[in-house]
Amino acid sequence: MIAPAVVAGVLLAGPLVALLVRAPWDRLGALLAGPAVLPALGLSFGTALASTVLCIVLGVPLAAVLAGSDGWPRVVTRVARAVVATPLVLPPVVGGIALLLLLSRTGLLGRPLFAAFGITIPFTTAAVVVAQTFVGLPFLVLSVEGALRGVDARFAVAAATLGASPWATFVRVTLPLAAPGLAAGAVLSFARALGEFGATITFAGSLPGVTETLPVAAYIALTNDPGSAIAIAVVLVVVALAVLLALRERWLTGLRA
Amino acid sequence: MNRPRRPRGVLLAAVLGAVAMALTACSEPHAAAPAAPPASASSTPSLSGTITVDAAASLNTVFPALASAFEAAHPGTTVRFSFGGSSALAAQIVAGAPVDVFAAASTTTMATVTKAKLTAAAPVTIARNALEIAVPPANPGRITGLKDFGTASKTIVVCDKQVPCGAAAQQVFALAKVSAKPDSYEPDVTSVLTKVETGDADAGLVYRTDVLAAGARVLGIPFAEASRAITAYPIAPLSASQNAPLATAFTDYVVQHGAADLAAAGFLPPR
Repeated sequence: MIAPAVVAGVLLAGPLVALLVRAPWDRLGALLAGPAVLPALGLSFGTALASTVLCIVLGVPLAAVLAGSDGWPRVVTRVARAVVATPLVLPPVVGGIALLLLLSRTGLLGRPLFAAFGITIPFTTAAVVVAQTFVGLPFLVLSVEGALRGVDARFAVAAATLGASPWATFVRVTLPLAAPGLAAGAVLSFARALGEFGATITFAGSLPGVTETLPVAAYIALTNDPGSAIAIAVVLVVVALAVLLALRERWLTGLRA
Repeated sequence: MNRPRRPRGVLLAAVLGAVAMALTACSEPHAAAPAAPPASASSTPSLSGTITVDAAASLNTVFPALASAFEAAHPGTTVRFSFGGSSALAAQIVAGAPVDVFAAASTTTMATVTKAKLTAAAPVTIARNALEIAVPPANPGRITGLKDFGTASKTIVVCDKQVPCGAAAQQVFALAKVSAKPDSYEPDVTSVLTKVETGDADAGLVYRTDVLAAGARVLGIPFAEASRAITAYPIAPLSASQNAPLATAFTDYVVQHGAADLAAAGFLPPR
């Protein structure tokens, strides 16, 4: 039991330790403020925030629908859940290819969009946000759905008997009770959005200040400027750890609730 | 997900996996190689075993064909390929990737490997290549030449400056005095070609061999400056090879017998 557990621990923590040991700490500030990293830093945090907002706006209603799906035929709920969770297990590059096939200028939805309005999504910051929302949404939906299911239904019933509309009941009673799950889901989807690479480079491309996010910049810098790549990696590791530490175990309870 | 209890664990595992992916957005495809014993002088004339060849993305049609012919001539041998942006491949080799032969799309990229003293023999140039504009067959952006790359309203993709095709692109832009406004800097030439093939880009700068290989899926537009930004393709066996005889034999095979296939694919002769 002990030996495999130690191996697992080394496998999980070893790469992070190596990264922190090899990080160019003395030049870290200069590298992060340099032309290779700074635009990506701003872009990454901006797009990750935007996609988190989008995840909340779109994900909470979807979670509410799923949480109230007990009366549906079982096969429908099963398929719906599987579809929601797919981006969790899909290789991100595959997600990027799928997004291209849907939204590129010759894509299923992209072609009419381009023909009618001249809108192209790939190669824009919007494409980055779409890719990040695609991969981040399942975290929010599953977390909020779990939290909503954990809310004692008697509160909603009491609110309704006191004359609250279904909308008011949901917004003012049920949702606040599910707030920890919502917060956990939002933070997880933010972290996932910040780390998004495969779907972004496939679907959105890579242009400094427009679509070149931190992970993309790290990948491209690795060939000629490994110092910058490691500096970016340190930022992403620190943010990821901060997120998990800040949530303590709450991200687990959000899904378990 | 019909049972009320078990899916939670599965879900948690999936979430953990996704978090792990998010944490490690970038991963090295190769593990570090153990220090190789010095390559013994090929005392055995018969070749066997497997070698890995890292090659520039633009060689990805010619090399597999050459490898098939090589394997047919030497039964019991297998040549595997890892195609990618030359700079990324060079970085992996310098970082200790277990690679036997390297073929780069530029002499400067090869130089990073020779400087690290990782080549087992001096690199030999096997071919040269020139850039060409690739546009979707219907040419929706009405691209006529390099000057269109300076038009912000056209969707333009080129290779990143850090890979050879991107360095060559910067060279031709400078020669043509075009201030290019790309919409994306792609990590290798194949990604540029794909964006043109799917019609997402109005134009991309790729090698003429890529235009030829893509057939009817793209239209090539040659331009004058291309002849002044020719890239060379050097190949060399690597000192880290665990199968030095096979690495050298394949390198020699490409040098001696590759010319016809390379020319057929649109490559220029080495000189």
